[in-house]
Amino acid sequence: MVDPIIFDIGYLLSAALFITGIKKLGSPRTAPYGNQLGSAGMLLAVITTLVKMQVGNGIIGWELLVGGLVLGSVIGAWLAVKVEMTGMPELVALFNGFGGAASALVALSEVLARIKTGEVPTDMLNLWAIWIAIGLSGLVGWITLTGSLVAMFKLKGGFTIPLTKKWVRFPTWGPPWLNFVKVGLLIASFAFVVMTVREPENALWVWALVGSSCLLGVLFVLPIGGADMPVVVSLLNSLSGVAAAFTGFVINNNVLIIAGSMVGAAGLVLTFIMCKAMNRQLIDVLFKSFGGSDKETVTRTKVGSDPEEVAMMCDGISTCIIIPGYGMAVSQCQHAVKEFADLMEERDVEVKYAIHPVAGRMPGHMNVLLAEANVPYEQLIEMDEINSEFAECDLAVVIGANDTTNPAARSGEGPLGGMPILDVDKARSIVIIKRSLSVGYAGVDNDLFFMDKTMMLFGDGKAMMSALNTAIKEY
Amino acid sequence: MSLTIAALIGSITIFVLAIYLGFELISKVPATLHTPLMSGANAISGITVVGALLASNVAFNSGSPGIAAWLGFTALVLATINCVGGFMVTNRMLEMIAGKRRKKEVS
Repeated sequence: MVDPIIFDIGYLLSAALFITGIKKLGSPRTAPYGNQLGSAGMLLAVITTLVKMQVGNGIIGWELLVGGLVLGSVIGAWLAVKVEMTGMPELVALFNGFGGAASALVALSEVLARIKTGEVPTDMLNLWAIWIAIGLSGLVGWITLTGSLVAMFKLKGGFTIPLTKKWVRFPTWGPPWLNFVKVGLLIASFAFVVMTVREPENALWVWALVGSSCLLGVLFVLPIGGADMPVVVSLLNSLSGVAAAFTGFVINNNVLIIAGSMVGAAGLVLTFIMCKAMNRQLIDVLFKSFGGSDKETVTRTKVGSDPEEVAMMCDGISTCIIIPGYGMAVSQCQHAVKEFADLMEERDVEVKYAIHPVAGRMPGHMNVLLAEANVPYEQLIEMDEINSEFAECDLAVVIGANDTTNPAARSGEGPLGGMPILDVDKARSIVIIKRSLSVGYAGVDNDLFFMDKTMMLFGDGKAMMSALNTAIKEY
Repeated sequence: MSLTIAALIGSITIFVLAIYLGFELISKVPATLHTPLMSGANAISGITVVGALLASNVAFNSGSPGIAAWLGFTALVLATINCVGGFMVTNRMLEMIAGKRRKKEVS
């Protein structure tokens, strides 16, 4: 007979692997190793659990358990290998939703099984502890699932209706009264948790909780638009950890509690980093819609330039800073951007990239895209470091970025007030590749576009970037 | 399996300490690692696969596998997708970001 203590040691080891793994993920040098440690911890936890179950009451459905593990691995691996780097945000959101759903389903399965077999705890302590853990695990888990799914469609921009093949843009919708609905639903959900404890044999309250928390997840993410997405994506990541921690209370397993709450806390740290980069409070992101209805209409005009003019500008400069934004992700022109940088470097121009922390739709979005295009890591400079260099910069090339470069943020007023920005306006000359002069997500007109030293290249990022590259080669 | 008050307090202690640990571990992260960190942490939150294994086994063991068993099985598949997919995709990203860097250092 195996001493059960060995399983606790197995779980302890896997928790230690997770902790070291997360720690190492925080530094570029050790990050790949950290990820491997994390996956080793996971494998150890799964093996420990399987052996523990076999030694305990015995496993009846081996085929099903192994089948489930294999099926999940195949689907997960297929998705991970197949995804394009540009589709990364959606995939991370999807995986996140699955994690939340799994926690919620474990809680649901546990409560239904206990009600069915009549194993409802009779003493106060067990009833309250287990039933509240089940309730909270479900609440957070379902919010994570539906919230992540909405976030995924928002990151994609929309979806095609099956059969008709019609592309529908995913709406961002949130009138002010929706906030009352959200708060009401949240209170109702907590009331359902309490009701499951008071009437532990009544599965109706459990299903009511499932319904209210699913709806809550949708309503929380629905009003949140583009520029706030990095905050929401990392908040949902945090929530999936919290759900796993509550599931740990349900099945009374420490490794779930440790891993889950650590991921929850780490996700929250990232969420606050994102909030700080936008100078917004988390509560404002969740409850106050940004920019929104009172968008300024552009009354000024600016004559667009053509790639040949810009190519002429590029001749004879010595420093160049490239500022990528969401537009680069949409037009997927990171390779053309890299080609431009190579052309510049051939002409002895020093090239750097200025990365705003919330550029794109997920934390670190620009870094992933540029890494895919083989841009050396050392050339990606964070905002705080590069801002002092703009004054010495001969040419700033902005590709599909708007709000993160808007000097209006410095005034401290309006929707962008106080948001840290890249000081692109200090550069000696500026080229902006953009579809039009229209306002960004915040709805604030950008003075940068109308400066005398600015040249606008109107058009799709990829098309314009390639045209510019051709023009430089021919010049 | 009955829970004692001491065991519950023990679990809550671990919960609170692990939260502090999470805050301390991730204080400053370079932007390059924001995405891989998020997706790696996300894969770790798939630890709920342990719960899913237990839930499906208990549910199938209890005789007639009802809705509870199949919910457990669904949880098992989803949690495994989360873990395996999450770690693999993180690895792909890190290969891109850090792998190249290392090669450069060597050369």
